[in-house]
Amino acid sequence: MATAAAGGAGQEKQLAPTLLSFFIYNPKLGPKEGEEEKKILFYHPNEVEKNEKIRNVGLCEAIIQFTRTFSPTKPAKSLHTQKNRQFFHEPEENFWMVMVVRNPIIEKHKDGKPVYEYQEEELLDKVYSSVLQQCYSMYKLFNGTFLRAMEDGGVKVLKERLEKFFHRYLQTLHLQSCDLLDVFCGISFFPLDKMTYLKIQSFINRMEESLNIVKYTAFLYNDQLIWSGLEQDDMRILYKYLTTSLFPRHMEPELAGRDSPIRAEMPGNLQHYGRFLTGPLNLNDPEAKCRFPKIFVNTDDTYEELHLIVYKAMSAAVCFMIDASIPPTLEFCRKLDSIVGPQLTVLASDICEQYNINKRISGAEKEPQFKFIYFNHMNLAEKSTIHMRKTPSVSLASVHPDLMKILGDINSDFSRVDEDEEIIVKAMSDYWVVGKKSDQRELYVILNQKNANLIEVNEEVKKLCATQFNNIFFLD
Amino acid sequence: DFLNFIPDSPQVEYTQECKTKNANILGFCWTSSTEIVFITDQGMEFYQVLPEKRSLKLLKNQSINVNWYMYCPESSVILLSTTVLGNVLQPFYFKSGTMSKLSKFEIELPAAPKSSKLSLSERDIAMATIYGQLYVLYLRHHSRTSNSTGAEVVLYHLPREGSCKRTHILKLNRTGKFALNVVDNLVVVHHQDTETSVVFDIKLKGEFDGSTTIHQFVLPPRSIQPYQIPVAGPASVTSQSPVPCKLYSSSWIVFQPDIIISASEGYLWSLQVKLEPVVNLLLDKGKLMDFLLQRKECKMVILSVCSQMLSEPERGSLSVIATVFDKLNHEYKKYLEAEQSYTMVVEAGLSRSTPAPKRPVRTQAVVDQSDMYTHVLSVFTEKKEAPHKFTIAVLMEYIRSLNQVQIAVQHYLYELVIKTLVQHNLFYMLHQFLQYHVLSDSKPLACLLLSLESIYPPAHQLSLDMLKRLSTANDEIVEVLLSKHQVLAALRFIRGIGGHDSISARKFLDAAKQAEDEMLFYTIFRFFEQRNLRLRGSPSF
Repeated sequence: MATAAAGGAGQEKQLAPTLLSFFIYNPKLGPKEGEEEKKILFYHPNEVEKNEKIRNVGLCEAIIQFTRTFSPTKPAKSLHTQKNRQFFHEPEENFWMVMVVRNPIIEKHKDGKPVYEYQEEELLDKVYSSVLQQCYSMYKLFNGTFLRAMEDGGVKVLKERLEKFFHRYLQTLHLQSCDLLDVFCGISFFPLDKMTYLKIQSFINRMEESLNIVKYTAFLYNDQLIWSGLEQDDMRILYKYLTTSLFPRHMEPELAGRDSPIRAEMPGNLQHYGRFLTGPLNLNDPEAKCRFPKIFVNTDDTYEELHLIVYKAMSAAVCFMIDASIPPTLEFCRKLDSIVGPQLTVLASDICEQYNINKRISGAEKEPQFKFIYFNHMNLAEKSTIHMRKTPSVSLASVHPDLMKILGDINSDFSRVDEDEEIIVKAMSDYWVVGKKSDQRELYVILNQKNANLIEVNEEVKKLCATQFNNIFFLD
Repeated sequence: DFLNFIPDSPQVEYTQECKTKNANILGFCWTSSTEIVFITDQGMEFYQVLPEKRSLKLLKNQSINVNWYMYCPESSVILLSTTVLGNVLQPFYFKSGTMSKLSKFEIELPAAPKSSKLSLSERDIAMATIYGQLYVLYLRHHSRTSNSTGAEVVLYHLPREGSCKRTHILKLNRTGKFALNVVDNLVVVHHQDTETSVVFDIKLKGEFDGSTTIHQFVLPPRSIQPYQIPVAGPASVTSQSPVPCKLYSSSWIVFQPDIIISASEGYLWSLQVKLEPVVNLLLDKGKLMDFLLQRKECKMVILSVCSQMLSEPERGSLSVIATVFDKLNHEYKKYLEAEQSYTMVVEAGLSRSTPAPKRPVRTQAVVDQSDMYTHVLSVFTEKKEAPHKFTIAVLMEYIRSLNQVQIAVQHYLYELVIKTLVQHNLFYMLHQFLQYHVLSDSKPLACLLLSLESIYPPAHQLSLDMLKRLSTANDEIVEVLLSKHQVLAALRFIRGIGGHDSISARKFLDAAKQAEDEMLFYTIFRFFEQRNLRLRGSPSF
């Protein structure tokens, strides 16, 4: 998974950070001597020799135990060594997840032989810790908690589930492009006017009334969220799954090529553009399987298991979540298709029309000339003019990675203190980075101005706040 | 013969003869207090009475062969039946001393008449004003088309200018003896044999064949509710219970628009419409609303329909509820627009030149937000018997419907939404509504949000945002910041909007003192000292 990016001058090559190993263990499962192997619930890469696995796990366990004496309430988060960095996370009591990432390397050639220089301080702790936490959240979304797995069938069942999930999931981690946005794991909301939003609300309420086994609904447009019936924390991880995994897999058939197999799959319904993204592909086939992915939400209190039905028409996608005890039948799917399809198609074109009108009205004044990242901890709303979608699953930043690292550093600084702060950093060659924290909101701006000084930069940021963010209250 | 009734004046008779010799007088009509029309079988004579001179002046004489005539005093129109068959009707319109001839029209008889004798009798024609327009109603005992049986009522629209056209056919689907009344813009047809009446509303949808709309009756045939006549008897006898009057008797005589005379019992009745029973007879709520919105005394019935629709056992589906709300708000918007254009005209002072515009009358059909809130929505949310999802969905439908016709939603409706969401701990929903500005900004709403902070911390941020957007709430923002001991932030904010010269120092110093931070107090103190220096030339307070 190492992608080498062409480096600077000379024969230097830069190697990006990669995943060295990833394991999950529970020390309570093998407390006695000779039983160490029982502690390990999952280990990647699996080919590693058993004793080495035990050694690595033991090392982590020892370090955590040791550091506990100094900080009983806040256990160790990471371990920095020259060649790699280890991140620790305890998602549930006594269950530990560890991710080991190799530090980025600069490969130089000296006397014809390659020399590796490890860049020890390049990685940001918070970024990769967040990535590790999201690994757990994603596992929990599709499999429930570790404890539940133990209750369902003991260690064996838990090991099976972990193996099945992480084997695939670890392949999707792009550690070389993780940055500040991974810390936030926010949700991008689609801007809408009030009338269209009310129409969508009306549509959702009526759908929930007609299909009365639906428990929760979420509405997305263009990969951005408009409405969530789920609680925030669950929606956060579901959103990440939808936008990085499910939606990119299902390209719109209208965009597919003429001979593409996707076109053949279209149910041949000319009245509307709706189709199932999860579930039966062809409703006319009586043998079609109605299997939907299962997700687990509200694990802290009500612990619900739901079927996830994702139905899409043009750019609008609706997620219907049904209690897992009621298996959706083909008839139900047909009913859903006939009720939701036409209305969703109309709604999607309404939204598109309204969006174009709004864009024309607000026009060029609101064109973001500034590169910024905005995040609100309260509603997880995030907006970034820095990241662009190069591939469906990875957003790439359009600024130099060093600048992104500065952003990450500022963010760490913010999280240390509770008060509102503003930090201005002069980076290399005319770049200024401003970070502003106000009442649970964070704004990072990257400016590139020749010979600017502190006052000018401050003024620019104030202007930005007044124009782009005039809806919200930013303290100076 | 005429006799003046003027006090202190001798009562002297005076007479007027028809101008046309050998004419038989069919009748006469008073078209105003000093104008009279003689109708004879050879024409019409229009006179002005001059009581002081005790004579009449002939204003106009129309020569025409008349079979019978009919006078509609509401619209000042006399209808004459002419030609041998009697089915060519000639209307005349009378206004302020002038008589104008309107275009004549022919009533289509059921079948080609075999003999040339009078085929259209006075009994089968009536004139009435429906929805402000004059109609001639013809009771045709057999339909012209062969496939439908039963009688029908054909309506001919008689406009002030232009030709008379057949516009509606009301299907009765039975035969027999009928009588017509028009009440509250409804055509009521009484059928003697079944002792029932049917009701037609020409504004409801019917089959349209390009020129005429064919209507079926709105409600199943019902009998008129009998009036309980108290029986007057000698005092010694214990008073008997009231006796219901005889309905649909053969001694009934019907007058337009809403008068029935019961000759055998000696009573004169006026027919009235009762709206409450209609609610249970018309099951299609959309059609029911269309019907009710045209009636005069409809408001409470409409509101009761809304309440019924929201509660068990007949809870409607959201699409039906949405349709009803849309119809009501459509009427409401029409009234608001009429009011607005009236106000604009009055303010522009145009009323001097053109005829003064009439102030739009608010009919009972206009159900505004406070009506809906008081009678329907607040009761509905108080009862809490509906699942909360449904309650919120209903409130959002009403708000959507108001937005769709661009009526500004009153803040008490938003408060109702917030209260319901808070009661069921649906804070994330509330947050999303506020994020998308579904609940419009207002000061009362911002204060309500502030009060929610203890149970939902993000409410603080949301309320500050709202106050900022209001741009008239800077004082409130300062108060909120000070209450959170963010004294420096409050001061910076005030400085940012340029109000720092006029604020009172005491408030800030108090807050700084309470924070028990000496550095902070010093900073604030110095700031105000410098301000005093700037404003008054000395740092003292």
